Amino acid sequence: MTQLILQSVVSGLLVGGMYGLVALGLALAFGVLKVLNVAHGELLMLGGYASFFAFTFWGIDPFLSMPVVFIAMFAFGAILYLTLFRYVTRTEIHTRIKNSLLISFGLVLVLQSMAVRFFTADERTISTAYSSDAFTIGLVRVPVVRLAGLAVAVIAALFLEWLLSSTRFGRALRATSEDWTRAALTGVDVKRVYLVAFAISAALAAVAGSLISIGYSVSPNIGLGWTLKALIVVVLAGLGSMRGIIVAGLFLGLMESLAAVWLGGQYREVAALVLFLVVLSFRPQGFFGRAHA
Amino acid sequence: MPRAAAIAAGLVVLALIIGIGFFSSSQHLLTLVIQTMLLAALASSWNILGGFAGQISLGHAAFFGSGALVTRELWLNGMPLPLAVLAAVAATTVAAAVVGVPMLRFREIYFAIGTLALGVAVFITAGNLWPGISSMSAEALRNYDFTGPYFVTLGVLVATVAISLWLKHSKVGLGMMAVRDDEEAAAATGVNAFAHKMTAFVLSSALAALAGAAFAYFSVSYFPNFAFSVIWTFEAILVVFIGGVGTIVGPLVGSVFFIIGRDSLPAEVNEFQVVLFGLLFMLVVLLMPGGLTEAGQRLFARISSRQPPDANTAKATKGKELV
Repeated sequence: MTQLILQSVVSGLLVGGMYGLVALGLALAFGVLKVLNVAHGELLMLGGYASFFAFTFWGIDPFLSMPVVFIAMFAFGAILYLTLFRYVTRTEIHTRIKNSLLISFGLVLVLQSMAVRFFTADERTISTAYSSDAFTIGLVRVPVVRLAGLAVAVIAALFLEWLLSSTRFGRALRATSEDWTRAALTGVDVKRVYLVAFAISAALAAVAGSLISIGYSVSPNIGLGWTLKALIVVVLAGLGSMRGIIVAGLFLGLMESLAAVWLGGQYREVAALVLFLVVLSFRPQGFFGRAHA
Repeated sequence: MPRAAAIAAGLVVLALIIGIGFFSSSQHLLTLVIQTMLLAALASSWNILGGFAGQISLGHAAFFGSGALVTRELWLNGMPLPLAVLAAVAATTVAAAVVGVPMLRFREIYFAIGTLALGVAVFITAGNLWPGISSMSAEALRNYDFTGPYFVTLGVLVATVAISLWLKHSKVGLGMMAVRDDEEAAAATGVNAFAHKMTAFVLSSALAALAGAAFAYFSVSYFPNFAFSVIWTFEAILVVFIGGVGTIVGPLVGSVFFIIGRDSLPAEVNEFQVVLFGLLFMLVVLLMPGGLTEAGQRLFARISSRQPPDANTAKATKGKELV
């Protein structure tokens, strides 16, 4: 029993790292552009396929293709911003969130059915030589690939924090996120900030996708599930800090995992969703978040 | 369109649908009309909450599914259909009133996320509790006739549209629209925002359950959790916006457009049907928030006055009364 619980704790934390990573990009777009991109999970799905096909056709290791996927999806994110979300950001904040929700909902349908058409509905997983490697600490088994996923999540969060706090661009980004009109008045190129923030957001989703294609699996309809997890994490964490988002991700993963032990695997997600709704009812501004991030 | 003309057009369409039901022997046509009516009823029910009261729910399928589930279980176990439907709608109304209280404390985006979480949780739970496929008995199947489901679905649609029409011109409906346009301002003028949102939520859910009941009566066999699938919510939102959100005819026009589009696209493009509608949806949201209804009205105004409509009047009618 102790072993089962310990193992669940570890697996939960490892999955939770992925939740955090997926949520980072979503939080960035929501915090800076004030747009809610529910197609975030579909961008993740595309990143996963990119790594999968790079591995299948050219034998490129997913950890090597990850930077390329990052750059490719950065470009794709920029295109999405220029063709769609740019128009949404022209409206005032109130309609902005609502319209971005609708626009990205349309994007979900488009990307998902294109993926079914071109990649088929099959579930895909990359199996490398090290895919099933794991080491054991005491009673607990730790899969190497998933641990690497957690590491990437933490690195991504620290990188974002550094970017936000220590660079000129980061300052512009924070200023825009707090009040874009005043940022614009002080000489910040708000449109450029929007473009780059959204592109980074898409690229982060794709990196998460690459990791998911190794440690988990990719299929055209995985998007919504991951988007929902990311949404939950962002709401739990608030938009205060990138570290807070990773912590909230770990928390969600842990809760799901423990719920699976007590209620059975088929209720792991339901338990997390109910928990989320309860938390939201009592603390609408999230665990770590300030009321206005 | 003047009121008399709108009523006349509605009656002509109704007569046409009844005529098809009585005289057509084409199963293809009957199925198509049933699917259109079902989607139109579901979309209209979403429109009460999303279009009139302005609360974007992503968990609407939970109530469609619950209506379908209760109806199906009771009806297949021998209860007369009207009683089963009544029980399903009553049960869903109570459920909606209970979940509505915490849900409607969430504002705007949190409401969307909260209802999505609710919808997914209910979908998974339904799949866990009712894993087996639900089929009509062999005997029922042998006597299966399209006429019954056709007119039941028509009845559901007519009821939903009638309630929407009444609501749109009632004081309650006006209050909902006031809350949609500016919740603070509405509250300041004495509109109880929460009560109006709650009314919209419960009414919308009850009508979704009614549509679900029609689905349960019409379908030969399906997995019970399919009725809870997020697809139902998505299709409803899609057609509401394409047709014209917040209007009476919008969901109807959108549904006809959607189902006919799906049916008539050539096979090689058919796979891209969702892609096409997704793109159309995005175009509508970005460029023409009034949807096809508004596009049609502008065209109508242009033809009848032979000059482009005044930009100011076009702006003034946006999001307001379009029927």
